[in-house]
Amino acid sequence: MGERLPVVVFTGFLGSGKTTLLSRLLGRPELGEAAVIVNELGEVAIDHHLLRRVDERTVLLGNGCLCCTLRGDLADELRDLLSRRTRGEIPPFRRVLVETTGLADPVPVLNTVLTEPVVQHHFEPGAVIATVDALNADGQLDREEQTMKQVLVADRLVVTKTDVAERSAVDDLEERLHGLNPAADLLEASFGEADPELLLAPGNLDPRRLRLPVEPRHADVHPFVLFLDRPVDWTAFGIWLTMLLGGRGADVLRVKGLLNVGAPGPVVLNGVQHVVHPPEHLDAWPDDDRRSRIVFIARGIGKREVEESLAAFDAAARQA
Amino acid sequence: MCALCGVLLTSHWAERESGRRQRVFRAQLLSRVLSHYGLELRDWGGRVYVLHDRKGGTAVVNDLGGLWTAAEALAGRPLDPLDPALVAELRGG
Repeated sequence: MGERLPVVVFTGFLGSGKTTLLSRLLGRPELGEAAVIVNELGEVAIDHHLLRRVDERTVLLGNGCLCCTLRGDLADELRDLLSRRTRGEIPPFRRVLVETTGLADPVPVLNTVLTEPVVQHHFEPGAVIATVDALNADGQLDREEQTMKQVLVADRLVVTKTDVAERSAVDDLEERLHGLNPAADLLEASFGEADPELLLAPGNLDPRRLRLPVEPRHADVHPFVLFLDRPVDWTAFGIWLTMLLGGRGADVLRVKGLLNVGAPGPVVLNGVQHVVHPPEHLDAWPDDDRRSRIVFIARGIGKREVEESLAAFDAAARQA
Repeated sequence: MCALCGVLLTSHWAERESGRRQRVFRAQLLSRVLSHYGLELRDWGGRVYVLHDRKGGTAVVNDLGGLWTAAEALAGRPLDPLDPALVAELRGG
């Protein structure tokens, strides 16, 4: 099997500039050949020869968990793109860009890419990019649950309309976004222009850009970072995290980080609710710090109880 | 795909790159955690896990992905790794 193709997700509230960002990106040669899947052909025309339109169709699975739904429309489209690419009917695209509707939850897209029986062998989740409108985001974050969810699960937050908003308002918004999701990279895009390389990089945590979370304004959501000085037993960690996500997954919105398992390089972790990317074992560390660093964004779960619980599972592994 | 049952065999993220020794170790550690809930876990042929409760109830699961839901159903109560009683028990050795 060849290399899996990344599926990059563009999300963001209605009118937050995601279509503008996407259409500008499509004009950049650095993007390379990409297939594009959109849900609606909006006011901003996207002119692209590999453009496909789908109607969002989610399939709720037996357990009733929303993040574990499958996007049937997306699975059909990805399979079709794949077979047409194999038959030579369309160019050999290198990535897929998926634009969701403003009200969509991006997590089922990731779940579809990771678990659909055919799709998972040919595609992998790329970064989740959320556009946040500098003029209106503050109110939307207070009122719209879906905007909050999009911000919390994003790997990259792109603040748009910075050309028309007051600088101080942009700074305040960025501070707020950082407090909500310290694991995301923050970018600015005026007139929809953003650096494709920064935008499309894999969604893993870059510890060199990690800042400690500030006190969040949204009391319900509590982001924190665990720093672990000693290597963690990987088997114990897998048991612990699957149990945590099994029992409290709806409240664990993000788990993202680098884990020292005693190997030469760290294990890259990236999870959104019950959906966990296959952990990647790196050959080397990106910096001199050898501590595990794990960002949690959770509802109603505190740092201390997570720290003590993980330490207990790790201790049990060492006694075994 | 499994030729007998038609189940698509894809390894769970927490069980990839794992050999026989690591699987045995994982089953030991899982048993330790699950004993807190009155459950016993056995690794069946390195293929599936079999859960037992004390009343003769059993459940067969393929991997860690399905384990916790099945264990919760057998135990009849939520399984929470943050539960202070479980944490104290694991620390107790």
